[in-house]
Amino acid sequence: MTINTDQPLTFSPLHRLQWEEAQQKHVILYPEGMVELNQSSAEILKLCDGSRTLPQLVSDLEEKFATTGLTNDITAFLEVALKNGWINQH
Amino acid sequence: MAGSTNTNITPPRWLTVELTYACPLQCPYCSNPLDYAKYPNELSTEDWKRVLSEARKIGALQLGFTGGEPLTRQDLPELVKHARELGYYSNLITSGYGMTEEKIIQLKEAGLDHIQVSIQASTQELNDHIAGTASFEHKKTVAHLVKKHGYPMVLCVVIHRENIHQMPEILAMAEELGADYLELANTQYYGWAHANRNLLLPTKEQFLKAEQIAQAFKEHVAGKMKIYYVVPDFYEDRPKKCMNGWGTTSLTIAPDGVALPCHSARDLPGLDCPNVNAASISDIWYESKAFNFFRGNEWMQEPCRSCDEKEKDFGGCRCQAYLLTGDMYKTDPVCSKSPEHGVIQEAIDTAARHNQLTTNEQPLIFRNSKNSRNF
Ligand code: SF4
Ligand code: SF4
Repeated sequence: MTINTDQPLTFSPLHRLQWEEAQQKHVILYPEGMVELNQSSAEILKLCDGSRTLPQLVSDLEEKFATTGLTNDITAFLEVALKNGWINQH
Repeated sequence: MAGSTNTNITPPRWLTVELTYACPLQCPYCSNPLDYAKYPNELSTEDWKRVLSEARKIGALQLGFTGGEPLTRQDLPELVKHARELGYYSNLITSGYGMTEEKIIQLKEAGLDHIQVSIQASTQELNDHIAGTASFEHKKTVAHLVKKHGYPMVLCVVIHRENIHQMPEILAMAEELGADYLELANTQYYGWAHANRNLLLPTKEQFLKAEQIAQAFKEHVAGKMKIYYVVPDFYEDRPKKCMNGWGTTSLTIAPDGVALPCHSARDLPGLDCPNVNAASISDIWYESKAFNFFRGNEWMQEPCRSCDEKEKDFGGCRCQAYLLTGDMYKTDPVCSKSPEHGVIQEAIDTAARHNQLTTNEQPLIFRNSKNSRNF
């Protein structure tokens, strides 16, 4: 599945993204399952709030971490997220 | 005592609370104990809240409200609310019986995350026969309401010989109802299903055909509906990795407060499963005899003990080993390396012979209190 760069990214209302104190990790929760996230994946997903397209999200993160060249990694991760239903585009 | 307490014990991730054994349905494959009528006591609201708090404190995150029929507990919304405040992801596992739109809204406001509705078949006649209660139309209504109110909708269908031929219609029904997840659970032969095995176990041909249809459907709905397919391990040559390993992930609390490493563990001899009224969840998880019993692999006998696959399946299911060989330490006989693997083929052959008889000659034993008192 590919990301449409014109449409905003939204975290799925059928999933829950939550910080787990015990594990010191973000997790995605859904019916009968959970996924533990590393820090960068969690940072990306937290920005999928319906207000940003992929290019906007990339530039926000590059600014936040004072770096460049994140486009490929972020795109690859978001494609996985889309395929798993963690995010949608409408 | 078999286990050892010095292995690295992981915290429980899954908490299953069986709020009650009461249920208006009578499914002949129910996984509740056959003699559940012996345990009429139920924990109070305050006790359940304490269980939720203590388990969350040691790391539990996914929470299943089940039973019996959890909707028969009037305090369900209060417990859901407590769970939400603690940060659980709450799953309600229901037959749909007794569910109303009002309740669906009330539970949503309390913070329930998802509702799983079980349907017994794709036709009213067969559904109502298997459930032992007229419930088909209402279940479909409930499924629609679950969706309407923004819950992820999980439809669960337990598969066995009486409904396996309906696989195409069951899949079409799930699609029509707009299920987000479909759980196709081939019957696991514990509890009532074990007692009814001769009438429930499908033939290998039936199973393979149904699996093929389900597989094709999975591709057809990819991206729209997720399928959880629970395999019937009688037709596998390796056992399931039961509970993801004893005392590693899953904690179940029975209606009367008995803590179980797996929902059938109550039937295993000599485990002395602890009660939440006498010990804290932390003590139960880390220290109790029952939860340490089959931790690690010190307890294993041959062929598991020297098997290079023992980290993969931990020797299979203890309850199945006990039910089928009479010895809970043995290799799960589903494994083709088990010297007692032959009992599986015998069970399959016996079930096939019963298939030739008419159902009148050996009727299904429905799950109800009257039948339960006979065990
Ligand atoms: S399996 Fe059927 S009888 Fe057993 S608790 Fe569930 S709905 Fe009730
Ligand atoms: S012998 Fe035991 S450990 Fe080896 S595959 Fe069979 S069940 Fe698993």
